[in-house]
Amino acid sequence: MDGEELTEQETALYDRQIRVWGADAQRRLSKSHILISGLKGTVIEFCKNIVLAGVGSVTLNDDRIVTEELLSANFLIPSDENVYSGKTLAELCCDSLKDFNPMVRVSVEKGGSCFHNLLCRELSNFHVDFFNKFDAVVISSCSLLTKKTVNEMCRKLLKRTAFYTVDCRDSCGEIFVDLQNYIYSKKKGDETVECLLEYPSFEEAVSVPWRSLPRRVSKLYLAMRVIEKFEELEGRIPGETSAADLLNVQKLRKELCDTHSVDESQIPDALLERLLEGTREFPPVCAIVGGILGQEVIKAISGKGDPLKNFFFFDATDGKGIIEDIHKQKAEG
Amino acid sequence: MASEQQLSAIKDAKVLMVGAGGIGCELLKTLALSGFKDIHIIDMDTIEVSNLNRQFLFRQSHVGQSKAKVARDAVLKFRPHINITSYHANVKDPDFNVDFFKQFNVVLNGLDNLDARRHVNRLCLAAGVPLVESGTTGFLGQVTVHTKGRTECYECQPKPAPKTYPVCTITSTPSKFVHCIVWAKDLLYAKLFGDKNQENDLNVRSSDASSSSEQVQDVFERKKDEDIEKYGRRIYDHVFGYNIELALSNEETWKNRNRPRPVYMKDVIPIDVIGQNGNLDENSVTEDPSSLSAMASLGLKNAQDRWSLKENSKIFIESLKLFFSKREKEIGKLSFDKDDQLSVEFVTAAANIRASSFGIPLHSLFEAKGIAGNIVHAVATTNAIIAGLIVIEAIKVLQNDIKNYRMTYCLEHPTRKMLLMPVVPFEPNKSCYICSETPLALEINTHCSKLRDFVEKIVKAKLGMNLPLIMHGSSLLYEVGDDLEENEVANYAANLEKVLSELPSPVIGGTILTVEDLQQELKCSISVKHREDFDEEKEPDGMILSGWTQAPSLVNNNTASINNGASTSGTSQATPLQPEEDDDIQLIPTRIGKKRKLPNTSSASSLDTLSITTEAKD
Repeated sequence: MDGEELTEQETALYDRQIRVWGADAQRRLSKSHILISGLKGTVIEFCKNIVLAGVGSVTLNDDRIVTEELLSANFLIPSDENVYSGKTLAELCCDSLKDFNPMVRVSVEKGGSCFHNLLCRELSNFHVDFFNKFDAVVISSCSLLTKKTVNEMCRKLLKRTAFYTVDCRDSCGEIFVDLQNYIYSKKKGDETVECLLEYPSFEEAVSVPWRSLPRRVSKLYLAMRVIEKFEELEGRIPGETSAADLLNVQKLRKELCDTHSVDESQIPDALLERLLEGTREFPPVCAIVGGILGQEVIKAISGKGDPLKNFFFFDATDGKGIIEDIHKQKAEG
Repeated sequence: MASEQQLSAIKDAKVLMVGAGGIGCELLKTLALSGFKDIHIIDMDTIEVSNLNRQFLFRQSHVGQSKAKVARDAVLKFRPHINITSYHANVKDPDFNVDFFKQFNVVLNGLDNLDARRHVNRLCLAAGVPLVESGTTGFLGQVTVHTKGRTECYECQPKPAPKTYPVCTITSTPSKFVHCIVWAKDLLYAKLFGDKNQENDLNVRSSDASSSSEQVQDVFERKKDEDIEKYGRRIYDHVFGYNIELALSNEETWKNRNRPRPVYMKDVIPIDVIGQNGNLDENSVTEDPSSLSAMASLGLKNAQDRWSLKENSKIFIESLKLFFSKREKEIGKLSFDKDDQLSVEFVTAAANIRASSFGIPLHSLFEAKGIAGNIVHAVATTNAIIAGLIVIEAIKVLQNDIKNYRMTYCLEHPTRKMLLMPVVPFEPNKSCYICSETPLALEINTHCSKLRDFVEKIVKAKLGMNLPLIMHGSSLLYEVGDDLEENEVANYAANLEKVLSELPSPVIGGTILTVEDLQQELKCSISVKHREDFDEEKEPDGMILSGWTQAPSLVNNNTASINNGASTSGTSQATPLQPEEDDDIQLIPTRIGKKRKLPNTSSASSLDTLSITTEAKD
């Protein structure tokens, strides 16, 4: 596939990373196209990482008008109201990202504001054809429904398009990965072996009964599902929660735990409270989660390294970055 | 989101960052976004093209400018109301003394070399300021916290030393490509283009057989009006042909080794062919010496290709011709620089020809450059993750939340489901000569070794002192500083050339020396023991320091650091936190300063591969 050689300019710029993943991987990166929607702190970190890595193109989608709060963990946009008045988040980030690496095409795709607004559920602007252009799709700050719908569209495409969602709340972060059926080669001792990973879709993963989840599954996984469900039921804009919601969320937790026959202590109050209250981003966590996400997208595109399957969790209070493999047990299917 | 207490601790904090490279750029950005308002940053380096793939605060137009200054300006664009003070300087400058360090609440390291790390560690200990230390290589990284008396210091655990090779492996019996690189770079390149007065072992073995050392010296001199190409062929035949024949005559050496094959130019490229290739005139348009390239003039484009012996031989001659025709003024003053294309081409070709002669697989220019330049692999993502972890630890330090301090490993493959693995920091090592008061012992031949040897090999190389002062009882033997009298300077210079037992205050078996670095506020006692003989190969220094823990050299695939290594490596021994046994999400309070256990093989196997290190700011 890799007929073209890297240019002298590319070799000089990417020297240090070619030493990590090789020239073939760099060539594949430079031919890849990434769609990114929902440009808050963690995703901004991811954009920086992927543009520096030298992908072919990045398409940004976020029609929100820039506000102080949206910029709390954003280092792309100069602190000058004159510069950002009236422009959308995607437009402003685009200018700055172009500057990071002139070899990457960065553009803005308007529409699909439904990603950030539950009232618009049709996703009419983005049909399957639109997603066909991309090798990887990363969405953030969006509803449960959007996650499921976009994931399904990626799965309908003829070519394999990697799908990711990422969300950070308080000092916690969650990444979901769907690479569908992913084959990669891995060095085992002296020989190279082919490995096949089968990923469930987001919908399949989150509908796995809690009783059959991996032992001692990250409490963050369960807490995030409760809050996600709560936002959906209440019709909230994703992330728009506060401590005042705790009582209702606790009710929902009880219902869900009863349905799944899981003890409520698996989702501690303290954790729910933090996730509901901490809507302002914590930049160190954005850097960590955005770094892991960048690394994973690079792995999936370049075919180098074992990709993570299929959830990643980070919580700054214990400092652990954990991978959970959550899929339907075959026997139950 | 940070809590109110966290925010107020952050707002009032004054922090020092050392290093504005790969980790530094990420760290400065994350600190600024997190609300830090008073940040000082030191870096002596200027920006290079190969930095731009990850040091995202820099642009092509900044190449050549101070990293610290450009990083400051870039961050002020999105956070204009904070104070960032930049220093384009070496952290080892005397201005950055203990008093300077004392003004900070915490010091954050994003360095690329062992020497500077040790120096900052000592100043932090002397100033009583906590240190958050970090390093990355490829997808691996680590962050550690060091607080005097509470956790181990950066030097409590041995650090693998830069790899060095026995002289005869390099001069006569190479078995790996890296040996050929060291030979090409430190011997042949240095001999032809470097300082002529520098000692050089290039001909050490063959000179045994040669009656006059002067004659040998002449071989490498270009004769008056000698045609450059003829000179090149003569050097080629001498080092790859004649010297190999000479080495082969020593049968003893080859009893258990593969015999090398002498290579002569006439067998590789017939004499009349050379002139047709490599057209010097094509290059004559370019004036900039950094753009001179033998590859370009021979029409070889891809630095990732492995060239044949013939191609390497052409590059050898062509690069030598370019040096002597276009860069003649620099000859005699050059030292190897991985960013100098022509130098890299010459070293690659010479190493490959030698490799071919010894039956060692040949390598591409890209690979050879990595080995010769000791280049550390680096990607943006790992640096970003590590910078985030540094800030999390820094906030704990500001709140004096000692029981929650963690050292964190960033892994390439998950261990017990973890990609980011926190570990409780270790207690100080009671026998650490830096943060405790352990006497050191030195075995040395006091009748042969000069004070200079002791200063170079022990005080500087092993103890890492910058401005040392050496005392025997109350008499000063040696001192460095700007404020010395002329007669003192002369005195010390004379002392350096004396053997230990003949110093004004003789150093013999049983002597206790005091070695001190006033800048680092570090003082060590060394008890001297006289010993007659040392094994030249196993103990090449001719002296042994004990009580000082030298780590085993790191076996690190094909990128072993060579003796100029800036790269350092961190601990491979760590006890991971046990998985939580109860079901409470809250962290189980863990004892501070858990005793360091030797890792058992099952839980620590993945850690053994963790030889962390350093982000190359190169």
